[in-house]
Amino acid sequence: MPIRMPTTTARTAGLAVRGAMGARPASAAGALTFARGKATLPDLSYDYGALEPHISGKIMEIHHKGHHQTYVTNLNNTIEALGEAKEKGDTFKAAAMAPALNFNGGGHVNHSLFWENLAPANKDGGGEPEGALKKAIERDFGSFDTLKTQINTALAGIQGSGWAWLAKDKTAGTLQVITRPNQDPVTGNYVPLMGIDAWEHAYYLQYQNKKAEYFKAIWNVINWKKVGERLDKA
Amino acid sequence: MAGTYTLPKLPYAYDALEPSISREIMELHHSKHHQAYVTNLNKALEASAATLSEGKLHDSAAQLSAIRFNGGGHINHSLFWENLAPASSPDADIAASAPGLLAAIDATWGSLEQFQAAFGAALLGIQGSGWGWLVREAATGQLRIVTLANQEAVVVGDTPVLGVDMWEHAYYLLYKNDKATYVKNIWQVVNWKTCETRFAGQRDDAFKVLKTQVSI
Repeated sequence: MPIRMPTTTARTAGLAVRGAMGARPASAAGALTFARGKATLPDLSYDYGALEPHISGKIMEIHHKGHHQTYVTNLNNTIEALGEAKEKGDTFKAAAMAPALNFNGGGHVNHSLFWENLAPANKDGGGEPEGALKKAIERDFGSFDTLKTQINTALAGIQGSGWAWLAKDKTAGTLQVITRPNQDPVTGNYVPLMGIDAWEHAYYLQYQNKKAEYFKAIWNVINWKKVGERLDKA
Repeated sequence: MAGTYTLPKLPYAYDALEPSISREIMELHHSKHHQAYVTNLNKALEASAATLSEGKLHDSAAQLSAIRFNGGGHINHSLFWENLAPASSPDADIAASAPGLLAAIDATWGSLEQFQAAFGAALLGIQGSGWGWLVREAATGQLRIVTLANQEAVVVGDTPVLGVDMWEHAYYLLYKNDKATYVKNIWQVVNWKTCETRFAGQRDDAFKVLKTQVSI
């Protein structure tokens, strides 16, 4: 049966393809499950223009239909090549797929999580965390404002392409701000709760070199309800 | 007192590389992105020197990442501007401007087309931000294609011959997610004369553009 990311490791993702083969169609809720052995581009739960003026419709459209689709396509190509290598017993070729699996698998996972932790400002986007999430943030960061400052500092400090995440440290039980370069997924001891894409393609058409303005604006469209749900399950 | 680095002037107008690279891209890339690397490099160098003079090695060493990143950004962009030229320039004609380099490319890759295909594949294979370089290896004198992440500068020893910026800011306003077309079109605006000079010259000479900007 389909395995839900992000607990799926790169290794088991390959196995999930075999297991899911012909099993059942993609569930609408499971953006990160494999449908008939293939990763698929998840639908957005809002229109491309719904995050304006904070993220333009043009950015959203290219980001989703162009960039994310490319990660999905290349992830499927990689997994197929991995399967062929396995059938031939070619360990060398299988190992050579690791960078592409990490990059495209990570790109698919990261974007899928990202779309879900965004929402239009007039719906679930913006505002402040509530409930258990609010308590955990205040416990670990002192205040919501401190958390935002920490994340913005982390985003600004990324040298090149990458992501910043609010994550739960599984062993410590605390929330942490972490960054990942390029498309490295959040794995291991961390459960990703909320991600912000700091690749230039995420903001350049609207903000150009003024990335600090993008990092400031994105708080208006963070879906804290979704982030809270992730914490409940983490 | 340490010198400060300044943004080099472009040897052509912002719109001179159209249609391969748009005026808007060139202006932002040079006056904003490159300028930010220069500004942040100077800040990091100053902070590093100041804390070191106070005997705080730990604070001084903490600046190394910023020096490496912004220093690399300044070096890479300075080299990049010089190895570009308007398509109409005689410098963009490899046969006329770089006979020595062209012969070496032929000898190494079989043909210019095969080199361009190999270089293009390397550029498109970069995962994230980075640069592709044609370099002349110090030890062997051989030509080699290398890719470097983010703003890592051309490795010690190698002479940079040709650099191509694969950060999204280098092409996004014009090409969006179609970076393959950017990689194809960049060949129209390569300054082969600069490449020939770097290929034939001493390694330090390739970096001359940086030295002239130090104001004491």
